[in-house]
Amino acid sequence: MSKSLQATDALMDTVIAAQGRWSCVLQRGQTLRVIDLEGQQAVDALFYAAQDTAERYSAQDTVLAQQSAYIELGTRLMSNEGRLMLRVIADSTGRHDTAAGCCSCESNAVRFGEPTKYQHACRENFVLELGKHGMGKRDIVPNVNFFMNVPIDESGDFVVVEGISPPGSYVDLKAEMDVLCVFSNCPQINNPCNDFNPTPVRVLIWA
Amino acid sequence: MTSSSTSVQSQAQPQRQVHRQRYEALRAAGQGITALALPPATLRSHTLSASDITHHEKIPGGWYHTIRLARGNALRLVNTSGSTSVALMAWCAADTSERLSLVDTMKVQWSISLRKGRVLYTDMGRIAFSIIEDTCGAHDALAGSTTSASNAVTFGAVVARNSRDNFLVAAAKLGLSRRDVAGCVTFFSPVGVNALGKLVWKGDQTGSQRIPGDFVDLRAEMDMLVVLSNAGHPLDPTPSAVPADVDVLHFVPPALSARDPCYLAGSEAARAFGFTKRHVEQGVRV
Repeated sequence: MSKSLQATDALMDTVIAAQGRWSCVLQRGQTLRVIDLEGQQAVDALFYAAQDTAERYSAQDTVLAQQSAYIELGTRLMSNEGRLMLRVIADSTGRHDTAAGCCSCESNAVRFGEPTKYQHACRENFVLELGKHGMGKRDIVPNVNFFMNVPIDESGDFVVVEGISPPGSYVDLKAEMDVLCVFSNCPQINNPCNDFNPTPVRVLIWA
Repeated sequence: MTSSSTSVQSQAQPQRQVHRQRYEALRAAGQGITALALPPATLRSHTLSASDITHHEKIPGGWYHTIRLARGNALRLVNTSGSTSVALMAWCAADTSERLSLVDTMKVQWSISLRKGRVLYTDMGRIAFSIIEDTCGAHDALAGSTTSASNAVTFGAVVARNSRDNFLVAAAKLGLSRRDVAGCVTFFSPVGVNALGKLVWKGDQTGSQRIPGDFVDLRAEMDMLVVLSNAGHPLDPTPSAVPADVDVLHFVPPALSARDPCYLAGSEAARAFGFTKRHVEQGVRV
């Protein structure tokens, strides 16, 4: 059963600028929506238990709990302690990634050549945002990439391809515990995850 | 707003085209020539010379083994029984904030398939290990290893040791904490993804079976702290609460050369070996 969520009822309604970052504690029972305003924009997301940030989102526990490689409607996002953190309760896109991690200056240099190390990257955003919460680089774990399309085929081929999120696409997460949410609006310009052109996204929270 | 954003986009369009073309060229190479050029699986008869073996450890079922592995040294993980899996987690000895990154390992190599000729990356654009020999070619970096939750599903009330707890305890003995334990690769675990996105255990397909005596050889390309856990895989269709023992041989492998299949595995590997050497020898970071 889902009630219609109206922006005018939201507790919070903000835009994360292209290449920007954001964090907020989502309280148990609240719903967070991410809107891909202009389409084909990856949003890298990390989640931590607000009461004990050593408990955090675990991609491997999540993949295992679902026995599915992707995040989709109904997926339970699990912690490294095997506990339920959030549920995907609405999704207009159909598939999100949790196997490809976040971009970094260093992996960009390996993938696309050394000059690309001087380009802004998700890990820079994550380190800066996590610093506000007493955390650092080692607290960055394999993350969720909303609106990022990374099909894995039966031969094992694994590739970031064009996004499947038209403008206005959204995903809704319901918190099952108090969760610190940390987002990087992906700055990547070397692969199709942002259509080679980073754009803003919008975040809303409802009680 | 519309007119200004249109003008920004039109200015950026040539750069976007350049980046798209580079990406497509890299992808074509990474999934074409590079993948096709990977060496075949190692023969099980490929034995080590006794004089090259520096230590032999037998990890009992359910337990873990911790190693400080210096650059240029290697481990042979042997699935002696053919019935178990070995999970690995690793940190750089000189700076443990740098650790094995399986997401980068898969992304950079355009594949979830780990086999001879592939490498395992750290999160800093460097190479932690080269897979210099591998008879099995069926390893899992997606689903991890066993946890208390997964064992409860698999074994019910029967108590079984799990990899997650093994990694936590081993990390503590290395001076690390719960915050440092994130994601493992599990060798001898033929996990794939079907067309619906579901995980499958490819145990019934030719070439993906675990066979007694299967081994994988990992050469450290940096000084690494390594933890191995012999506690099964949660998707194993024939799980055992007490897995069979596995054998681990510490040995001195052939040194990296310009003809090494791992070094030759594409432009990404060549750059990463270069970054790793420069970092280790000169302290220059990527």
